[in-house]
Amino acid sequence: MAHGPSTYKPTNAFTRWLDSRLPIIRFLDDTMMQFPTPKNLNYWFTFGGILMIMLVVQIISGIVLAMHYVPHETLAFDSVERIMRDVNYGWLIRYIHSNGASFFFIAVYLHIFRGLYYGSYKAPREVLWLLGIVIYLLMMATGFLGYTLPWGQMSFWGATVITNFFSAIPFVGEAITQWLWGSFAVDNSTLQRFFSLHYLLPFVIAGVVILHIWALHVPGNNNPLGIDVKGPADTVPFHPYYTTKDGFAIAVFLLFFCYFVFFNPNFLGHADNYIPANRLVTPAHIVPEWYYLPLYAVLRSVPDKLFGVILMFGAIFVWALLPWLDTSRVRSNKFRPIMRQLFWILMFVIFILGYLGAQTADDSNLVFFGIELPIGKLLLAQIFTIYYFLHFLVITPLVGLLETPHPVPESISKAVLAKKGAASAASA
Amino acid sequence: MKLKALLALAAGLALAGVAYAAEGDVKHPEPQKWSWEGAFGKFDRQQLQRGYQVYKEVCAACHAMHLVSFRNLSQPGGPEFSEAQMKAIAASFQVPAIDDKGEVIQRAGIPADRFPSPFPNETAARAANNNAYPVDLSVIVKARHDGANYIYALLTGYADTPSEFQLLPGLNYNPYFPGKQIAMPAPLVSDGQVTWPEGNPPATKEQMARDVVAFLAWTAEPKLEERKLMGVQVMIFLLGLSVLLYFAYKRLWRDVDH
Amino acid sequence: MDNANVTRRDFLYVASAGASAVGAALALWPFIDQMNPAADTLALKEVEFDLSPIVAGQIVTIEWQKKPVFVRRRTPEEIKAAEETPMADLKDPQTDKDRVQKPEWLILVATCTHLGCVPSKEMKGEFGGWLCPCHGSHYDTSGRIRKGPAPKNLAVPPYQFLSDTKVLIGAAPQSGGAAPAQHHG
Repeated sequence: MAHGPSTYKPTNAFTRWLDSRLPIIRFLDDTMMQFPTPKNLNYWFTFGGILMIMLVVQIISGIVLAMHYVPHETLAFDSVERIMRDVNYGWLIRYIHSNGASFFFIAVYLHIFRGLYYGSYKAPREVLWLLGIVIYLLMMATGFLGYTLPWGQMSFWGATVITNFFSAIPFVGEAITQWLWGSFAVDNSTLQRFFSLHYLLPFVIAGVVILHIWALHVPGNNNPLGIDVKGPADTVPFHPYYTTKDGFAIAVFLLFFCYFVFFNPNFLGHADNYIPANRLVTPAHIVPEWYYLPLYAVLRSVPDKLFGVILMFGAIFVWALLPWLDTSRVRSNKFRPIMRQLFWILMFVIFILGYLGAQTADDSNLVFFGIELPIGKLLLAQIFTIYYFLHFLVITPLVGLLETPHPVPESISKAVLAKKGAASAASA
Repeated sequence: MKLKALLALAAGLALAGVAYAAEGDVKHPEPQKWSWEGAFGKFDRQQLQRGYQVYKEVCAACHAMHLVSFRNLSQPGGPEFSEAQMKAIAASFQVPAIDDKGEVIQRAGIPADRFPSPFPNETAARAANNNAYPVDLSVIVKARHDGANYIYALLTGYADTPSEFQLLPGLNYNPYFPGKQIAMPAPLVSDGQVTWPEGNPPATKEQMARDVVAFLAWTAEPKLEERKLMGVQVMIFLLGLSVLLYFAYKRLWRDVDH
Repeated sequence: MDNANVTRRDFLYVASAGASAVGAALALWPFIDQMNPAADTLALKEVEFDLSPIVAGQIVTIEWQKKPVFVRRRTPEEIKAAEETPMADLKDPQTDKDRVQKPEWLILVATCTHLGCVPSKEMKGEFGGWLCPCHGSHYDTSGRIRKGPAPKNLAVPPYQFLSDTKVLIGAAPQSGGAAPAQHHG
């Protein structure tokens, strides 16, 4: 693609014949084998490959579950239990799918935060970053739709709460929620359309992923130094160097994943979802899945319905502005002494927001590991929400202008050699 | 920095779990030791058979278990009753059916039948139980936070009502139940309530509670043993694969400055 | 690079690629096996059926294991025709005795052995048994294939008589009964 002419040489009569008609092998060879990749990528850069695997795992296990699942309010819960009890390896496939959603989100958050830390969103990778945000939003929607399908108490009330976001829209909110439900409340019609869309969206995700990878292959990978590739000395071919490294990372990731699937499959879920949906009783403590918790805290920090919903979506939307809010000339936080600290503060803020999102919906004081802190949960959520937005909208542009970055190396290979030299000097 | 992020993630997951647990001032169940815990945990067949008997003789009068079939009682990883015992159990239940003339009748159960529900529908169940609905017990251990410990605590936790406690009429005091009052009267009231075959431990209230909890843990997760066995095999394989891939990766990159 | 190094390197690559491939192949099996009949589908299903309302010459269709089953009370002429058919006339030779426990009662899986349609009980075909409406297979009064594309006789399900008027379809016959279900080859 952008990196010089194709080096693929068809080796036999068939591949020569095919290459002049549909050069698909050439395309795959250029993009997945020969593709010049910076040679200094660390393990944080393996999550792209891990996410590809998780998308495939989720699509395959989901297609299989759909062969047994029945999207009907009177049958859905029992059909899931039939999968768990009677379908051959049904328990395995269902636990892969339910835990797979969580691990998909773990990987995508690490992938996003890696991009934040190393400035992967900055020019010329803005479109790559924006496509990533689209994928994340589609994942959120897919995860939510899928969580409705077992038709347990959390499914039902989660669907009720989330669809009610739209009732915040002035004038037409009521009409829109009824349109979403196909009824006066979450109903069988809602379940059936959610199933249809839950099956559809992953293929939309796969399509956007292809665009995401295309947009990656035009400028090429960012890297921990955040500097551009200067020449062949800075890169290695993707295969076998990164296929092997990504393969190792994938195996380790699957090890963590399989621990949960086989030994703690319900840890990331909620016990109430094994209670069949009951439209007359809301569970005492309703929380979303963990991957929505920080956003849930942002939503609840505002006592106004419409503004809360806007702020929650705004918390993701600020990411889309980031390529233009970040005024720094340097990409990687490795060379940004102040921004590097602020990055970890942001991580802490998001973590606390997630923690607050899991708390009960009252304004009592926060109890942290048995110690009551002299501050209300609501106030705390508000402070952290304000900081979250300040980080992106104010701090990022200002620090980019005021901070003096460390000197950036001339090229990846020079930086590598300098590091090697320092290491051998130290050991000598 | 890497370590910091991993720790934060781990803490996040752990805290999410902790947060779910926090609920009012009800008494938290004391953790018990259960045979099926841990990577190599298995159910105790004898315990499940005893627990089944407690379910049948004590719980089944009010509580349905509609996801469980009689055939499950003899499948691997469960109580593993013999085929003949299981068929006899099935035949001892009357299940609703329709005869040749279209009349609703009761017939003896067969292995493929599910456990019949004690009440024809929720309304009937409520009418017979002072408007409280005896929940289906099929997945109850998974449907409660800390399920096994909670149900054991609930079954053994009935106590005299403290003098300052305002008990509503028709309810019973139980400090482990949300709100501390529960419609279900204490189901296990005396030692020896269930008579087990020779060679089993004495049927104390605690033992009966433990055994029925074990049985309900199995009905909630009948593939647990298969899952853990496969899990150990998968983990060993993935560990080996990770090591191989690690050395392949290190070997390959040895000649690259990076 | 010396030879030992090359060998070790090759071994590592081949072993890790091989192990990955084996792992992927093993992981595939649950995703294939899930399409096989589930445990509740496989669970023993027996159907008890009351024969008393059926009059001679009548054919009743009931359902067993999601398939139609014919229960036919044969007339003496039909029994005679079935018993006296020479083996040489049969595509899938089998005596009538091997296909019934009591000559009066013919019990068959009503699935044409050609492509699975249900043979018609109204159109009895050239041999007085059944005619398959899909591709014109003719069966005789023992349910044996006589003409048309079907390769085999209609299958006999396992069954046992609980009494003179009650039959349990799906249960292996009591010992001493007539030849059982292990249908022909």
